Amino acid sequence: MSKIRMLWKKIPEQLRHLLVPLVIIAAGYLLVRWILVPADFGYLGHYRASSITANLQKPIRYAGAEACEGCHNEVGATLKQGYHRGVACEACHAPASAHSEDPENIKPTVTRTRTLCLLCHEYLSTRPTGFPQVVADSHNPSRPCVSCHRSHDPKPPQPLKKCEACHAKIQGLLALSNHAELNCTSCHTTPARHYTRPREYPPQRLQSRQVCLDCHDKTASRVQEISRVDGATHGEKYLCWQCHYPHLPEAR
Amino acid sequence: MKKEDKRHMIVGRRDFCKLILGGLGLLLLPTVTSFASRKRGYERWYGTKYNPKEHRYGMGINVDRCIGCGRCVDACKKENDVPDEPFFFRTWVERYNIGEKEEVIVDSPNGGEDGFKNNTQEQRILRSFFVPKLCNQCDNPPCVQTCPVGATYKTDDGVILIDEKYCIGCRYCIHACPYGMRFINPRTRTADKCTFCYHRILKGLSPACVEVCPTEARVFGDLSMVASPLRRFLRMNKIMVLKPQLNTEPKVYYAALDMEVR
Repeated sequence: MSKIRMLWKKIPEQLRHLLVPLVIIAAGYLLVRWILVPADFGYLGHYRASSITANLQKPIRYAGAEACEGCHNEVGATLKQGYHRGVACEACHAPASAHSEDPENIKPTVTRTRTLCLLCHEYLSTRPTGFPQVVADSHNPSRPCVSCHRSHDPKPPQPLKKCEACHAKIQGLLALSNHAELNCTSCHTTPARHYTRPREYPPQRLQSRQVCLDCHDKTASRVQEISRVDGATHGEKYLCWQCHYPHLPEAR
Repeated sequence: MKKEDKRHMIVGRRDFCKLILGGLGLLLLPTVTSFASRKRGYERWYGTKYNPKEHRYGMGINVDRCIGCGRCVDACKKENDVPDEPFFFRTWVERYNIGEKEEVIVDSPNGGEDGFKNNTQEQRILRSFFVPKLCNQCDNPPCVQTCPVGATYKTDDGVILIDEKYCIGCRYCIHACPYGMRFINPRTRTADKCTFCYHRILKGLSPACVEVCPTEARVFGDLSMVASPLRRFLRMNKIMVLKPQLNTEPKVYYAALDMEVR
């Protein structure tokens, strides 16, 4: 103790006087710093280390395709083999993390409208060449895409090539119409010899209203997008094609 | 006589050497202790046995593959609670139209979230392409340098994060970012930007934008992993980054990037 006092005395008096406020200032600085700077600051770098924990605890909304395939493995397998193999489930079905945790009560969205498909497949001059695109206004404007294309295994619908060889114009019209995926033969009964001697053995137009009414009668059990008439009262003495032209896109 | 000699010789040669070596050892002590505490520290803040020093995250973007569907923008907003208004984006898609006279027209209606409409401009277009943009996660980040409070920082795996609680909303980082990637979140009133979906990637998931991209235009991965899709992407393509002249060393790598892209 006396040694410390000896040392203290050895310091010149003016410095001894200065030391007191210096120590107070330093202690004050350390106290303020201790209060203001968070305890975890500077632990890993010039930041609060607990901010990393906060960033990591943010909720996950997109479960990821692997989580989906845990249950929907069949759809996943179909998807993997089609043109949509790179498209994640949640790109169309919206984030499904909640669904994967509570599959019974929370269901993901299933979009059946054209808008979602057209985000990718509407024709844009900017899109890369070769990417499948349509001009929505002329490509079956009234029908949802899913009525012809299966979104899990999309393929361009193939019109019957046989008839197209001669009836290309009709086929072109038909491809844009509501009846695009009907075969020619579902309405026209075609004798086999028509293909070799077309003029001598012409195909027949429909001879009854029944084929049309199978889909268009108000009692028909088809998707609701199809326009309906009451087959019993609607123009009964005529065949349908005598007023309506089913090849036209705007078939009326 | 002997006593006087010793008084003049304050430290002997042997003691001098001991002192120097000891002093040098003391100098090394903080390095050793901090290194030890760091190793212990990661687990405390990350919650797992994750060592960020072993990882270095990056993203590859193939401009030729982007179809401008805007699913990434939509997914990012949903995943990260970004306000659904046309001013706030962590990622967005730009359409570049380069006209006959090399004039550059860039548009990004609602960040591309609702898709794009066909060009209605009068002038003829020479070439046209989509460019997705997001925080470049620079290795040399100007935003971190400029933050006065240490609310934005580079983690040891190279991702730039924001401390929402510590940010004072001074907007210095917004001015500092040469890519315009930052904005003030109107809800938290703090700076906000892409985090590479840090909460997802550390759980083994890919960032939301990469997850939903239908054409695989975005590739995410660990640059320190030799066999990974990202390394393959870097090997198979001619790579460019945005504004390389600024030496920010971005970790978002573009393939087939046009010279007009800023």
